[in-house]
Amino acid sequence: MTVGRGRTLLLLALLVALASLPLWAPRFWIYIGTQALIFAIFAMSLDLLLGYAGLASFGHAAFYGVGAYACGLLALRHVDALIPLLLIGALASAAVAVPIGALSLRATGIYFLMLTLAFAQILWGLAVNWTSLTRGTDGLIGVPRPALPGAGALGFTLNERGPFFILCLAVAVLVFLLLEALTRSPFGRTLEGIRENERRMRALGFPTFRYRLAVFVVGGAIAGLAGSLAAMSNGFATPDLLYWTVSGLVLVAVVVGGSRSLVGPVLGAFLVLIAQLGLSTFVDRWELVLGALFIAFVLFLPRGLVGLVRRA
Amino acid sequence: MDVLNLAHGSFYMIGAYTAYSVVLATHSFWLALLIAPLLLALVGGLLELVFFRRLYRHGHLAQVLLTFGFTLVFVDLIRSGYGPTTRSIAPPPSLGGAVHFLGATFSSYSLFVLGVAVVVGALLLAAWRRLRVGAVLRAGVADKEMAGLLGIDLARVFTLTFAFGAGLAGLAGVIAAPEFAIFPAMDASVLILALVVVVLGGLGSIEGAIVGAAVIGLGYVIGTTLFPQVALVLIFGLMAAVLVVRPTGLFGRR
Repeated sequence: MTVGRGRTLLLLALLVALASLPLWAPRFWIYIGTQALIFAIFAMSLDLLLGYAGLASFGHAAFYGVGAYACGLLALRHVDALIPLLLIGALASAAVAVPIGALSLRATGIYFLMLTLAFAQILWGLAVNWTSLTRGTDGLIGVPRPALPGAGALGFTLNERGPFFILCLAVAVLVFLLLEALTRSPFGRTLEGIRENERRMRALGFPTFRYRLAVFVVGGAIAGLAGSLAAMSNGFATPDLLYWTVSGLVLVAVVVGGSRSLVGPVLGAFLVLIAQLGLSTFVDRWELVLGALFIAFVLFLPRGLVGLVRRA
Repeated sequence: MDVLNLAHGSFYMIGAYTAYSVVLATHSFWLALLIAPLLLALVGGLLELVFFRRLYRHGHLAQVLLTFGFTLVFVDLIRSGYGPTTRSIAPPPSLGGAVHFLGATFSSYSLFVLGVAVVVGALLLAAWRRLRVGAVLRAGVADKEMAGLLGIDLARVFTLTFAFGAGLAGLAGVIAAPEFAIFPAMDASVLILALVVVVLGGLGSIEGAIVGAAVIGLGYVIGTTLFPQVALVLIFGLMAAVLVVRPTGLFGRR
């Protein structure tokens, strides 16, 4: 009970600290914070698959990228409304996740990992080569940010860094609460049962394949939501978003933070993003430092940052 | 060995760069062919002793994370040592010519590569199937504890195997160097292709890797010739199709 209360207090303190960021932080750090929040949403969606359902996907960047492209394409066709732009990313990724999940989930373990990687690379190839839709390696450039109804009257737009940061924070909080509820629901409990012993759950009468497919699609949809925000934040959607290193990076964020906790991936995403963007600004050999950091984490903190607190 | 090593592409890249340095210093491709695999075997053996050894218990995910870290480190080291520009070396003079055969013309070097591939493949297959070390490895992967109880020093076998694998990747890097460009991102492209080959063929099967390499290699060349736009998509589509029908690859068990 006290542990639960401590966690809630910690989260609230973190939320207040983050929400006040636009008031005192330099512009550069607001930018990093925005990127980190988007990456945190992406990482939470992978934690749903990896931590709770036990599905180690190495192609999660596919859904991130599809979401970004869907949002970018719609925004470039003069759709100027926040909610539809966010939803289209999630819906497009969910639609793509259905066939990919249906095929990949036939395999388990390392074969599942490789299948998801293969499908992500196929989509990356499409993004590079389907030039009439995606404009190839240049990507979609000049994606505008939508207007927020009523914001003009209050004198701000999403084109400023502060309000956009708050938007990302709000979406991240919503996603966190949604996933928290989902993992505590009977659906989430069933998933954990399937992770631990699929054969027994099937014997108990659960359609296990449908459960795993459902969670794969939900995870894909949330990654697509993060992709939508990324397209708005960067103003572009490029094939790089779907490349396998992005899948690797988000997997690192989840494991470094500590999977099956939702909080861990958020911390991991912040750490990875701050390390990546912060180091690349101040240090020449930043990839070396980042790589060494990952190696140190695996060796000395195999259960991630959350493992420091949680001794279970 | 049941280890997922994303840094294997880095070994290949380091092999190619070692060849570049050796050829630059001594003008001898053959010396590079000797030095690079030995160097990589040493690097691989050390990495196994210091890092991998602790991770066999933790499963594939920790290995992904660790080796992903190593790919970043190696790429950065190479880039800081050699710069981001593309390098190349010439094939050795004795293999610089062309051979006419069955009405077509082949470069001698391509035939040399083909020969090396056949010899290495045959030796690996023979060792895996016929030699004691192959049997020990198969036993070690199938049931570590049982093999240990039978008095096999698995730790040593695994270190040596890892070193041997790294050395082979280095050899591949040297052989590829005169044929393809040498650049800091060459590890990623070859790594992904190698993973596709191995998974398509079935993990833990040398036959599978050989057949998989032939399928993917032919598919890739035919793909780039006929449909250059979608060659990579074709490769991954091929792998996905095989895995959907046979979830453990062409020759995989379990």
